[in-house]
Amino acid sequence: MTHSVIQRERRRHYWQARLWHLPVWFMAVLVLMPVSVILLSWGDAQTDIWQHLIQTQLGRLLENTLILVVGVGLWTLLLGVSLAWLVAVCDFPGRRWLDWALMLPLAVPTYVVAFVFLAITDYAGPIQSLWRAWLGPDVDFLPVRGPLGVVFIMTCVLYPYVYMLARSAFIAQGRGLTDAARLLGKGPWGAFWRVALPMARPAIAVGISLALMETLADFGAVAVFNYDTFTTAIYKSWFGFFNLTAAAQLASLLLLFVALALFAEQKGRGRSRFHQTPRRETQRYALKGTQAWLASGYCTAVFVVAFVIPIGQLALWTWAEGAAALDSRYWSLIRHTFILGGVAALATTLLALLVAYGQRLLGKHQVSGAVRLASLGYALPGSVLAVGIMIGFAFIDREIINRVQSLLGLETRQLLVGTLLALILAYAIRFFSVAFGPVQSSLERIRPSYQEAAHSLGANQWRVLLWVYLPLLTPGLLTAALLVLVDTMKEMPATLLLRPFGWDTLAVRIYELTGEGQWRRAALPALTLVVLSIAPVMLMIRQSRLPARTATTLSSGPKP
Amino acid sequence: MKQLTRTLIGGLLAGTTGLLLAACSDSGEQGQTDRAEAKPTVTVYSARAEHLIQPIFERYTEETGVKIRFITDSAGALIQRLKAEGSNTPADLLLTVDAGNLWQASQEGLFQPIESEVLERNIPDHLQADNNDWFGLSVRARTIVYSTERVDPSELSTYEALADDKWQGRLCLRTAKKVYNQSLVATMINTLGEEATEEIVTGWVENLATDPHSNDTSAMEAVLAGQCDVTLVNTYYFGRLQKENPDVKLAIFWPNQNDRGVHINVSGAGLTKHAKQPEAAQALLEWLSSPEAQEQFAEANQEYPANSSVEPSDFVAAWGDFKADSVNVESAGRLQSDAIKLMDRAGYR
Repeated sequence: MTHSVIQRERRRHYWQARLWHLPVWFMAVLVLMPVSVILLSWGDAQTDIWQHLIQTQLGRLLENTLILVVGVGLWTLLLGVSLAWLVAVCDFPGRRWLDWALMLPLAVPTYVVAFVFLAITDYAGPIQSLWRAWLGPDVDFLPVRGPLGVVFIMTCVLYPYVYMLARSAFIAQGRGLTDAARLLGKGPWGAFWRVALPMARPAIAVGISLALMETLADFGAVAVFNYDTFTTAIYKSWFGFFNLTAAAQLASLLLLFVALALFAEQKGRGRSRFHQTPRRETQRYALKGTQAWLASGYCTAVFVVAFVIPIGQLALWTWAEGAAALDSRYWSLIRHTFILGGVAALATTLLALLVAYGQRLLGKHQVSGAVRLASLGYALPGSVLAVGIMIGFAFIDREIINRVQSLLGLETRQLLVGTLLALILAYAIRFFSVAFGPVQSSLERIRPSYQEAAHSLGANQWRVLLWVYLPLLTPGLLTAALLVLVDTMKEMPATLLLRPFGWDTLAVRIYELTGEGQWRRAALPALTLVVLSIAPVMLMIRQSRLPARTATTLSSGPKP
Repeated sequence: MKQLTRTLIGGLLAGTTGLLLAACSDSGEQGQTDRAEAKPTVTVYSARAEHLIQPIFERYTEETGVKIRFITDSAGALIQRLKAEGSNTPADLLLTVDAGNLWQASQEGLFQPIESEVLERNIPDHLQADNNDWFGLSVRARTIVYSTERVDPSELSTYEALADDKWQGRLCLRTAKKVYNQSLVATMINTLGEEATEEIVTGWVENLATDPHSNDTSAMEAVLAGQCDVTLVNTYYFGRLQKENPDVKLAIFWPNQNDRGVHINVSGAGLTKHAKQPEAAQALLEWLSSPEAQEQFAEANQEYPANSSVEPSDFVAAWGDFKADSVNVESAGRLQSDAIKLMDRAGYR
């Protein structure tokens, strides 16, 4: 080989690597668009509203928000990790079905759980009515509409994020290291604290950060409980004062919190990286006697409270209201919901894969800013993000597309706003980090040596991605796609604002009915949405059992 | 496995592109068929829920052949969308609930004035914009609902009187974040002045039996369950409860009959500034104000017709006649932010 050939090869490799900046920055710019619309709001001071907010309620809003974040963070951590550990590592009666059942609350939108639980637990609801019947009318009940209720609702809906990711991590660890720790004299608790938990930390951190971002962005549950948070202030500035600028300024503060939290998480994780070789098979610790029944009881109780009760109530309401609404229009709602969810899931997962792979090839530090930026979309309240996206797209329509159209002598009209493309991009912006988490963490588990081996055998990056990484990543990708699918189907504000004419979904229908206070009539679409989401959630669980198997065949393959 | 993955990815890509292409060409075809039939399609942005307007729009299409396409969302979001789209907007009409929202859209310059004798004849002056930007289409009264078991109607008199000590621990309210309450307080500021209104709202808050409710229905359910004795609601919410349960132990009281009258608000619509089909849109609006449509429009949600020549439905009429506040509902929009600030100061959440 001559010198120049080697150099040409080198240059080709160099440019091939540079190419991976493209997807990373594409995603970052996509998210940057609504974010910059929001940040630009600072060009216009809103002293009047700020003064009013500071004087009257900012203190309480911050306090309420803090209570919520700490409460939900703590409870999702406790529930998620403990359930995941029991299900992944121990064996007890009912473990098999609890394994997937515990994921199901993910299928229920927060706003639905909120209105169902309020209906059950409020003063006029059955529980308090019984309470008064037994103890007399003047005996106080727990204050359900305070922080207690909101933290409870959010935990019910959001713990599966932590559960799901921690569970996969525990399964992937296998028993090998824990067994080693126990051989070295640690008790079961010691082995858990010193080995299993630290190793699962990145996955747990991703789960918690998803749960907390959703908590910060939530408007549905807090509105049902009339619990004032930072998000309610944003909505009030927008819909009450009609001051989008002030709303955007508040939202940008929220963004700042999230950026700080993400930064802290990154720092806290430090340089620790975990590459694991999954074990061939996992032998679970068989719990016996009281221990086994306690484990069963605990897991079942969580499942009943977080899923069976709300779904049961929805089913009762649907029954009482009759299924009269199930006409052909209703089927089109279901179809739209599914198509939008599916396309968004595919597009978002693809983007997440390209970004995660690009990040791995280019090295974390090269593109870390862009990646962190791309993750911000999830933390913004849906409506604020949606309006940012719409202003951005409308701007592109007006300033770029229309000009080209008139240059070409075409009729000027919108190509982005009001089309499916805009809506799908909006979902991608919103749910990118949902997809990115699982993709990245399953990518992190793959040893770099596979890639090096493939390269040394002459494969280029695309071939490595297609033939080495994709098969190993399939479970992670599926998890990502299914999560986005479920989240998109539940998504409300962006769908409302950006859907093309005639693209009503189940979430839109729920909005219309609950907006009018017609909870019972909303039970049918809500129940349908849950049923639609159950299939993907179950598929997700099935998939998450696979990594061990695929990886085993692969790692045992190359052995001579 | 590898094969599966590749098929999967290929499928994803093909599916995504296909759908997007389909979506883009979809809107194109629509335009062409419209031109071929020479009947315009009127485009409506509606903050009124789909099930409340769809049947009326369908009827119009049946009668005239004019197609109507619409999307629904909250008023604030639709106003924002109109602003962002500017001259590009496909919307011809903006239909919202609450005069505050209509006033706001007018302030933002999103409407164009409508010169229409039909609308002027059908809609009373205090239910339309001074500058002809928008017209009310149905009237909603926000009034007192009380427990027939624990309250004698002679105890009740005015909105203001609910601030009285005798209602201590007996009042339930919906959250101050709802525009209906903001409009009520705004019109009170308009009549009574800011200071007096703040005193009244503070009195309400002190009388609350429990934290404000997130909607009218749950406030009424709290009255039913005995948590409190009176609340303030839009009458159609009471109507829904009464339809489900004709013997419900609640009743409507019309306050302020000796002075300004019951607080009313409207749902209404205006012609957008950049409407592509202004004539067809105006024709639709005029039809909506006609007796024939008014009956349906109001009845769909048990509201009162805005056209005074039309009688409310028998069900609604059974709640009795009342004197309505005749202050122009525009004041609700003008004073909305003052009202919110006032409620914040009074601790009304």
